[in-house]
Amino acid sequence: MNNFSLHSLSTALHHKTVSAVELAQIFLARIEQFSRLNAFITVDSKFTLAQAQAADQLLQQTDSGPLTGIPLAHKDIFCSKGLLTSCGSKILSNFIAPYNATVVERLNNAGMVTLGKTNMDEFAMGSSNESSWYGPVHNPWNENCVPGGSSGGSAAAVAARLAPIATGTDTGGSIRQPAAFCGLTGIKPSYGRVSRYGMIAFASSLDQGGVLAQSARDAAMLLQTMSGHDPKDSTSVDRPVPDFMAQLEHSLAGKRIGLPKEFFGEGIDSDVAKTIEQAVAVLKSLGAIPVEISLTNSPLSIPCYYVIAPAEASSNLSRFDGVRYGHRAAQYHDLIEMYERSRSEGFGEEVKRRIMIGSYVLSSGYYDAYYIKAQKLRRLIADDFQQAFKACDVIVGPTTPSTAFQLNAKAGDPVAMYLNDIFTCSANLAGLPGISLPAGFDQKGMPIGLQLIGRYFDESSLLNMAHRYQQQTNWHQYFPKGYQF
Amino acid sequence: MAVDESTVRYIAGLSRLAISNHEAVHYAASLSRILKLVEQMHAVDTRQVEPLAHPQDSPLTLRDDQVTETDHRDTFMALAPATEDGLYLVPKVIE
Repeated sequence: MNNFSLHSLSTALHHKTVSAVELAQIFLARIEQFSRLNAFITVDSKFTLAQAQAADQLLQQTDSGPLTGIPLAHKDIFCSKGLLTSCGSKILSNFIAPYNATVVERLNNAGMVTLGKTNMDEFAMGSSNESSWYGPVHNPWNENCVPGGSSGGSAAAVAARLAPIATGTDTGGSIRQPAAFCGLTGIKPSYGRVSRYGMIAFASSLDQGGVLAQSARDAAMLLQTMSGHDPKDSTSVDRPVPDFMAQLEHSLAGKRIGLPKEFFGEGIDSDVAKTIEQAVAVLKSLGAIPVEISLTNSPLSIPCYYVIAPAEASSNLSRFDGVRYGHRAAQYHDLIEMYERSRSEGFGEEVKRRIMIGSYVLSSGYYDAYYIKAQKLRRLIADDFQQAFKACDVIVGPTTPSTAFQLNAKAGDPVAMYLNDIFTCSANLAGLPGISLPAGFDQKGMPIGLQLIGRYFDESSLLNMAHRYQQQTNWHQYFPKGYQF
Repeated sequence: MAVDESTVRYIAGLSRLAISNHEAVHYAASLSRILKLVEQMHAVDTRQVEPLAHPQDSPLTLRDDQVTETDHRDTFMALAPATEDGLYLVPKVIE
């Protein structure tokens, strides 16, 4: 048995077929067995087993919930009290978080057991997990390939079943792209659905926490608990969270699926294009009605994103100055030199590059030409979606133009790396929810992701459509060779 | 627009990053390529468009002006590289 759903784990825990401690031990052993993937930055078995023991006590009582005792992994961007929270960076390589992110707090309160903190691109800046100070992560489907990024550790961990489920974050595609590369279901909810409190900020108007899971049903279960208003995050929206699970089984009959012609043009790998066409046919067989739409400005979402995200990053990352926490250089003569050396030693190349782009586009003389221009384009991109959603209920297309690439293949070429996010980052610019789900494999045996984008705050429709698709297909149940239990 | 090494050094200064001469050459090349990508934006006429700074085009919610946090000074200061008497230590700023 290699695929066990959260539901089956929950049933086993509640029927005492397995204890939370035993379950945690199984996964901790796998994490050690497959440490070559480098999916985790921190594993603290004492910490994990203490949480598991507490969960077992809750399970003895009647007030345990559906997630009590289920292990999970957190992306190392979420502050977890008492554990190293490095964000994949040397500058935070000594940072033991003094508090919990709201996401961590909520899942702790639900009785979930933290297996560890997963590897990631430094400060979530990357699409391959190669910018981590802790080294690259390997894709379980082919260990010479990248797992995608920036939530690459979470994706590799769930794909190899080192954890049944994991948290991630998505600023331009960082949940959906690794989900696609690793054959997983990954959802980025609407901006404001999940609290960003304690989630280390990269680009504040784009960042959103979400889930990497084995199925839409599992993703719905975790997202249910993660979501909702948080007074500690002024951008988290005070709106009721719908019952995602209750809507999973809804019929797709009459649902209009919009196929943006910009997502099916040139530049897409032929295996990916073919697979997405087949997935559309499956959705059609379930009653969905394809309609052609246009997202005219979406080809410019990458240029727009690579102004806005670095601009916000340069501002957010100014807090890392070697004064209050994090790395401080050993040698300096004055305050400015202390800042400069601490930051230069602490940040990796890609992070420095993005800080500098951000400083450049925000600097006097360039602000209007770059930053304001990008914000105007951002409105056009968001307006395109609003127009499109008059004609359709869910937008359907590929998550990425190609499947996982070889390690080091794009590491030296930032522009080539950025183009990975061509189909994903427009949803972040508009704040819309998106999900990637496995839809097949290319000729090299690497997973292909199908992307669904929904209306603002309509995660339900995405999870519903993904779940119905997964009842009809079994792509999400495929499992990488060599990782059997 | 291509950026040269002196521009890189200028923006590295704004960013409080120490950059060697060798790195300046390297970053000048990659930043120029990125700016070339970014400049595709200029093909679109946006004169009549209002900028969109944030996906939530609405005012932020405000909380009541009440003290909700307790004092965590010792916890937070324990993370600092250098402290003394409840203060963060940095090199002397005023001679």
